[in-house]
Amino acid sequence: MTRISAAFLPLTDSAVLVAAREKGFATEQGIELDLIRSESWATLRDRLVYGQVQAAHMLAPLAIAVTLGLSQHPTSLSTPFKLSVNGNIFVMGTAFAAALDPDIARRVEDPIATAHDFAAAIGLYRRKPVIGIVHRFSCHALLLRYWLGYAGIDPDRDLVLRVLPPSLMTAALEAGEIDGFIAGEPWGTVAVQAGSAEIVMVGARVWQRGVEKVLAVRTDWMDANAETVDRMLIALDRAAAWCDDPAHHCELAELLARPEYVGRDPKAILPALSGRLVGRPDDAPVKVPATILFHREAAAFPWRSHALWIYSQLVRWGMAEPSVEAERQAADVFRSDVYRRALAGTGAPMPGASLKVEGALSEPMGVGSHSAGLILGPDRFFDGRVFDPSDIEGYLATFRR
Amino acid sequence: MIVDDTGLRASILEDGLAEAGFDDIHIVPPRGGFVARIERLAPDVVLMDLGSPSRDTLEEMLVVSRALARPIAMFVDQSDDAMIGAAIDAGVSAYVVDGLRKERVKPILDLAIRRFNAFAKLQSELDEARTVIADRKTIDRAKAILMKSRNLSEPDAYALLRSTAMNQGRRIVEVAEALITASDLLGDGA
Repeated sequence: MTRISAAFLPLTDSAVLVAAREKGFATEQGIELDLIRSESWATLRDRLVYGQVQAAHMLAPLAIAVTLGLSQHPTSLSTPFKLSVNGNIFVMGTAFAAALDPDIARRVEDPIATAHDFAAAIGLYRRKPVIGIVHRFSCHALLLRYWLGYAGIDPDRDLVLRVLPPSLMTAALEAGEIDGFIAGEPWGTVAVQAGSAEIVMVGARVWQRGVEKVLAVRTDWMDANAETVDRMLIALDRAAAWCDDPAHHCELAELLARPEYVGRDPKAILPALSGRLVGRPDDAPVKVPATILFHREAAAFPWRSHALWIYSQLVRWGMAEPSVEAERQAADVFRSDVYRRALAGTGAPMPGASLKVEGALSEPMGVGSHSAGLILGPDRFFDGRVFDPSDIEGYLATFRR
Repeated sequence: MIVDDTGLRASILEDGLAEAGFDDIHIVPPRGGFVARIERLAPDVVLMDLGSPSRDTLEEMLVVSRALARPIAMFVDQSDDAMIGAAIDAGVSAYVVDGLRKERVKPILDLAIRRFNAFAKLQSELDEARTVIADRKTIDRAKAILMKSRNLSEPDAYALLRSTAMNQGRRIVEVAEALITASDLLGDGA
């Protein structure tokens, strides 16, 4: 048995790690997987960087930020496997949400109209709305910026963005410290079910297949433990397939609900898994397919173009200085080569390429791949923009900011 | 500057720092507008519980704040892995304003690690003492049930609990708990 410690935060998208441990997929591969719950991204990052754990359930932009040294001394991290695709929900307190379309299904279905409504609502509000985000280097924050930027909102000028851990968001909303927040599930649903917020936007509707949490490891550790990494990826691949199967969603919600994991009622966890979201406590559920994905469509494959999209947004918002070197380093965090090495011949879905144009598919499409029948889902951005990873400068020039 | 919730741990740390000759120490609980307070105080070093969910909030402030000189996110010297490991084990995180000399920061961090460890030890002793008291109460209640229902003297009731525990290879308090549960279910009203 090889012992591996992995740090995680209490979120629905820690599911693959939890299932790998609890459903025996790790043990099958000779890995004793210890899961270390952390209460902040800073502590999770420190545990990984300083070697207290070997792996972590990490915000994808944070893995890139740590590698580029954007907020501290740089440490090279690698992502050989994505733990989830999509899974974020943006909620606003009922007072602010009253200025938006009262039909929540319509709000969610039409992010263009809702972005414009949101911009108008900011003008009518008595002050700048205070929006909770979990971290500046989070996919949720980048997605929120992307979405609101479309309607001419400059998030740094027109909003107050406040960083709070996801588990404290509902309390902060109820105390009036924030007006709304964007976070990974189940925390949006928790606030809605408590009656203090309504759904305004769902990440899966802004970018249909958006990168989210990743498995992050230190690059030097990964290189020195290739054989262990391969076994771990096989275990995670099987765990992800188990998590994605609708027949297991109830059991998965029960597992995650345990106090040592998310510690919330399974009723708060299930809506995102099943894609039937609670928009408002007594409303009919809002159906959003692919609210969160773990396995199908090669969801775990670390596309280098995902890393580069994140890099483009960090540059766009002035969080990273653009350079050829930084661009290469960012792309190198996503190790599609390690994914291929570990999972070749296991029957796991295997794309032939490592980069793709993001946002070009409006329909599911079969792609050339080493294993037959890989279908990629629609990956459009809500504004119809297409991200070509070979021309980041050109892409950024299409934004006003 | 100490950001901490636990009154006792914060005061243990504060005392230590004061004894070591540091003045101008402030304790700020990580709630509500704590970030604004830290900005006003413009500290040289911020010590914080590694397990606090508010670390991300503090780090964000360190990134965006213009009131502070550009801070190093964490610890003194990145190469000193042993010390950083000890700090993480002890549950201490430290943010040091850039420009503060290493020789000045190291003793502060050393002290914080020692005091955090001392506090953790104290806490576990306290928990242990609480468990002992709770166990004793459970055993007393089980004894009372036996004395009433079986008409036993107190020493006999205790002897019965103890011999049952030994026969079953369990702790006395476990047997006592089982007895109380069974008695509640049967509605003996003991």
